[in-house]
Amino acid sequence: MSIDRRKFFKSIAITGMTIVGVNASGANKSSSGDDDTEFHGVLYDSSICIGCQACEKACAEAHGLPEPTGKPEVGVIRKTSENQRCTINAYETSQGEVYVRNQCMHCNEPACASACLTQAMHKTKEGPVIWREDKCMGCRYCMISCPFDVPKFEYGSTNPKIQKCDMCYDRIIKGEKPVCVETCGDALFFGTRRELIAEARRRIAEIPELYIDQVYGERVAGGTGYLYLAPVDHKELGFDTRLRNTSYPALTKGFLYSVPSVFVLVPTLLLGIHEATKSRKSKEENHD
Amino acid sequence: MTSPIYPLTKEKESQSTWRFLMNELKPRGKWLTPFNLISIPIILVGLALIVLRFAEGLGAVSNINQEIPWGLWKGFNVVTGVAFAGGAYVLTFIVYILKVDKYHSIVRVTVLNGFLAYMFYAGALVLDLGKPWNIFNPIIGNNFGASSVLFLVAWHFLLYIVAQLIEFSPAVAEWLGARRAHKILSGLTLGAVIFGITLSTLHQSGLGALFLMASEKIHPLWYNEYIPLLFLVSSVFAGLSMVIFEGSISQRVFFRKISKKNREARNNMIQSLSKICAFGMFAYLFMQFLVFIHGQHWDLLNTSMGYWFLLEMIGFVAVPMALYFYASRTSSILLSRVAAIITIVGIILNRLNVSIIAFRWDAAVRYVPSWMEIVVSITIILIQIWIFRWVISRMPVLDEPPKWAKNTNH
Repeated sequence: MSIDRRKFFKSIAITGMTIVGVNASGANKSSSGDDDTEFHGVLYDSSICIGCQACEKACAEAHGLPEPTGKPEVGVIRKTSENQRCTINAYETSQGEVYVRNQCMHCNEPACASACLTQAMHKTKEGPVIWREDKCMGCRYCMISCPFDVPKFEYGSTNPKIQKCDMCYDRIIKGEKPVCVETCGDALFFGTRRELIAEARRRIAEIPELYIDQVYGERVAGGTGYLYLAPVDHKELGFDTRLRNTSYPALTKGFLYSVPSVFVLVPTLLLGIHEATKSRKSKEENHD
Repeated sequence: MTSPIYPLTKEKESQSTWRFLMNELKPRGKWLTPFNLISIPIILVGLALIVLRFAEGLGAVSNINQEIPWGLWKGFNVVTGVAFAGGAYVLTFIVYILKVDKYHSIVRVTVLNGFLAYMFYAGALVLDLGKPWNIFNPIIGNNFGASSVLFLVAWHFLLYIVAQLIEFSPAVAEWLGARRAHKILSGLTLGAVIFGITLSTLHQSGLGALFLMASEKIHPLWYNEYIPLLFLVSSVFAGLSMVIFEGSISQRVFFRKISKKNREARNNMIQSLSKICAFGMFAYLFMQFLVFIHGQHWDLLNTSMGYWFLLEMIGFVAVPMALYFYASRTSSILLSRVAAIITIVGIILNRLNVSIIAFRWDAAVRYVPSWMEIVVSITIILIQIWIFRWVISRMPVLDEPPKWAKNTNH
């Protein structure tokens, strides 16, 4: 064996450290930050929404997207697309026709951001989950991971973008409300997530006959920035009731945490076996 | 066709090195073989489609959509292909760590196969990226998405390609007659092997871990939290089955390259590899069974997806496992090869099930790959075979290394 054992251990240690070190430093960065900025979000009240599509139109205009097509109709599901970041659909329920808005949920712990290997998908400290074009390499792993199927990819473009609601991040950092909230009368309400939950609870307590006693988004996927009030059970409104109430990135945690130990244990084990199986005889006959 | 080892001495000018390389680039042997006649038109069409993909965008060539964003190129060329390249880490483990010398003669060809496979799967990945010019973002610069499984897989891919290149490099040195480089590179082998096996365990399982967050999107019979472990265990027999299959082809195609001694040794090897595969498949099947019991999905078995699941588990895992067992007992080479082919089909089924078929099985619009995607997928594999053939017929991979190289220890 012409490689020196000490040298070899050293090289393993260095390579291991780089990989483990990168992991550790990356994880710290996202959780640190001592300022007291709270996550912002939007409360959507489907009991008030009249499906006027003013928010859809304002959104398209603000983000340079084509005029939305179609109208909310019972039995037709209009999905968000690379041309439309939000849609409103109508559902026939036990309480009559109810409108439901559909856009990025801005999760507290977004699966897309933890999936992104270039940090193009990013949970800002203000709350919105944004997509950064200069970092993205277009792998679409965010689309695989998002439990709400939100990120949309421009398949027809040679320089494709990911289209999704960014809660008008550029407006929020200037202290303004998102355009949809600005345009809407009462159905959309902007604030910190804490304020929104208090407001939702207040509305449920004040007019209990108008709402079911649940705020969608309080717990789903570990909590989301968009919160929904509804007059009927979520099943009737096309929500995916299979989604879990815990954070999605937590699903990969076990695997990612095992990486450093594998990097320490496996090479040690292999080197141990190598040493144990080494004999003078095999050294001489090795080369056939 | 003798092995083309030109011992280049230092006195020769660089011009002769150039002439040597040019000479080596020329094709050897007959041109109009059936393989060439079939593969050349496919490759030409495939290359044209790749141009179209970059000129018009992914949508012009591929049928992938907003709900099923990963299609054939990722599900087949990357996720499935990497499992088949697993033979390299298993064999290097057996030969260099456990020091079972009888497999020594097939280690090089397996590592070469693995190396080329990774290179071309990385190529398929680039085709599939929307913004391939940003591919270096996770490697350099300030864009480390370290919480991403894909980040881990990408890094391990890259490092493993380097490790495999080091493992194979003595053959290149022998081809070029570079004695000193040969000595240095051979000395690096053990380090590369240990590093490579570690990387392999992590990214073989990592490819499964990619789908952990898609917990509601994958049919419950295929989704479970043990996908990474199942992917790792199945990569062992997937890789070895590929070694058996590829060996039976190169034994015919490169008949003259393999010495008589090695030809006999090969039959013995197939027998032992069959046994390893059988035990690996038994472990895999047992784990699948435990996962299934834990998942409590008895009711799902009596659906169309349930039948599909049973077909995969019984027809393409249990049956080839039994065949392997039987083949190793009766030392039937033919049976081993049949088992290898069934296993390969089974692995393709399993990986495509997780990444494409059972992925959003409930979607309104199902993904069916376009003919253009299929042609590009095949083109990538064909180019890989072309380069494999080019290397085999020039470098000492299947045949014995030159005399002078034998004195160096691996």
